[in-house]
Amino acid sequence: MRFDFNDEQAEIKETARQFLAARFRPDKVRELAEAGAYEDALWTEVSELGWPGIAIAEEHGGQGLGMVELVVLCEELGFACAPLPFLANAAAGLVIDGAGSDEQKAEHLPGIASGEARGAVTDEAVALDADGAAAIVVLAADGPRLVAAADAALEPLELIDQTRRYSRLTAGAGEPLPGDADAAADRMVVAVAAELVGIGQRAMEMAVEYAKEREQFGRPIGAYQGVSHACAKMVYDIEEARSLTYAAAWAADAEPESLPLAAAMAKARASEAAWDVCKASIQVHGGIGFTWEHDLHFLLKRARADAQLFGTAAQHKDRVAALAGLG
Amino acid sequence: MDLTLNESEEAFRDEVRSWLEANHPGREPHGDEAAFAFRREWQRQLHEGGWAGISWPQEFGGRGATLIEQAIFSSEMARADAPAPANILGLVMGGPVIMAHGSDEQKERWLEPILSGEEIWCQGFSEPESGSDLASLKTKAVKVDGGWKVTGQKVWTTFAHESKWCMLVARTDSEVAKHKGLSYFICDMEQDGVEVRPLVQITGEAEFNEVFFEEAFVADENLVGGEGNGWMVAITTLMNERAGLGGGAAVAVSRDLGQLIEVVREHGLEDDPEIRTRVADLLIGCEALRLGGMRAMTAQMKTGIPGPEGSLGKWEWATLNQSLTELACDVLGPEGLERGTPWTYRMLRSRANSIEGGTTEVMKNIIAERVLGLPRLR
Repeated sequence: MRFDFNDEQAEIKETARQFLAARFRPDKVRELAEAGAYEDALWTEVSELGWPGIAIAEEHGGQGLGMVELVVLCEELGFACAPLPFLANAAAGLVIDGAGSDEQKAEHLPGIASGEARGAVTDEAVALDADGAAAIVVLAADGPRLVAAADAALEPLELIDQTRRYSRLTAGAGEPLPGDADAAADRMVVAVAAELVGIGQRAMEMAVEYAKEREQFGRPIGAYQGVSHACAKMVYDIEEARSLTYAAAWAADAEPESLPLAAAMAKARASEAAWDVCKASIQVHGGIGFTWEHDLHFLLKRARADAQLFGTAAQHKDRVAALAGLG
Repeated sequence: MDLTLNESEEAFRDEVRSWLEANHPGREPHGDEAAFAFRREWQRQLHEGGWAGISWPQEFGGRGATLIEQAIFSSEMARADAPAPANILGLVMGGPVIMAHGSDEQKERWLEPILSGEEIWCQGFSEPESGSDLASLKTKAVKVDGGWKVTGQKVWTTFAHESKWCMLVARTDSEVAKHKGLSYFICDMEQDGVEVRPLVQITGEAEFNEVFFEEAFVADENLVGGEGNGWMVAITTLMNERAGLGGGAAVAVSRDLGQLIEVVREHGLEDDPEIRTRVADLLIGCEALRLGGMRAMTAQMKTGIPGPEGSLGKWEWATLNQSLTELACDVLGPEGLERGTPWTYRMLRSRANSIEGGTTEVMKNIIAERVLGLPRLR
């Protein structure tokens, strides 16, 4: 029994933290978000590091690592609030890998792994990063489909989260992905939970840093329990979400039979935790936290969007209740 | 990352499990005295089986179990719904303090009767005016020939009426800063200067006591860790208490959650959306508590000392247990108001969970200061 990262995973985390801190400084995130654009050179750089293919099998051009490694990256991308089409590409890879035919895998996974022919994903409401993708995975109630970019009609959506591109798929029947997508969908859910953990961690660190330096009534505001206890609650929320998310990633790799419950728990908790921490962080910041000029709102809005992606907290809690034997 | 038990850990779990199956003492009898005698007998059995001092080093008569084995043992005890041994405070706090700070003579004198349950221990820390601010305590110890005379009042003293020894923190110097003037004594409870009065709590029972010391005598050889070092010795006790609370907590909550789900089904509420959400929140919180314990243990295996994360676990456990028992009583409806039923008892008893062993507010302070590095107001 051992609940921590191995040396390789710790190194992936450290490398990602440093790389993303250098490439996605807050002013860069702001510039890209306000422009509503990605920077191709950054995606190329991330692709050269092998990130898009981290959890894709080596035979399809990936690194052949597992969900734990993918989760490490997703958490760091959330922490950096990085404007990159990473999550949708990874999610498409997971679903095609889990439910695609051999031909579909051979056709699409290498491009997803190399980052050269990105995948995207959409549910019935919102498509994530479909613009510019080569193939779009459609998660529909009657089973997953795969739509080639050439056959897809997309209508852009202006959502509050400007760090990523959203749209609606208005046409494009595509072809079915014949396999069972449930396990792949749960993996995807864990990847989003990890991003939420990273977002919450960043919002918490910003709150704590501010509470140490901002003085009112002659003291740092972090000395007041109205503020310090709000910060302690952030630890409570984030650490619970983190434990559940890492455990779900481990389950995906090592104990698949416990993945459905673990994934539902992780997504439900992480959705609420990141949102609660971002809200509380704005409160700790006071007026400055409510300004466009401050960076917190990018985290708050991305947390809101991630909380909606692939099932809300309420939907996942209902799954938890059902899996525990209620109805 | 590996969240499963390895072969030797599984073998250990099976050993504990089959021993508990063969030796489980059954349900605790009603009535304080009968229940205590029952737990005393249970401790004797545990001691005979070599389980009483599971975390104690072998040289002091313990099993010298690893952290993981200790966690497995606590989990199996909770899973089997086995009662706590009578001398739990001696095992979890008194013994470890003597092992860490006591002289050879003190170890020789006290450790074995703690393990066997022959001598029961209680903890004299809290006072009416000193709860969370423990270092402000007023009970005085005055030097006399061959020992000390203790005068003052302690409160929330579990098992005081059954105890032979009290872990007593008293002020030996009121001239110095409040943390520095304290000393740690082991006080004999069987003397005229000590009076124990039961403290009836909101459940109607009296788990705790008030203890009045009126020139009670403590011999020199019963001072632990040296004069003026009482605060440092007491902190060891409290760290052990919190670590001791953690072990089987998630398993106990999980066991109770299973019972709660049965109650929900019996009342036909399994499709009620509000009930489903509340049950799901509890299941998620319980799993997070279990996993957080595993992460903290992994960290402790690397650093050797329990970290401030234990405070998070204590806070989570209190929150969970209170929400769980409230939900059960909500589901039970009018039955959840009846006196003396198991769920109403648990619901009322759980109100203490966020106070005993360090209030939730103190846990938040510890996390704010020691995990996040926020400044102290004091």
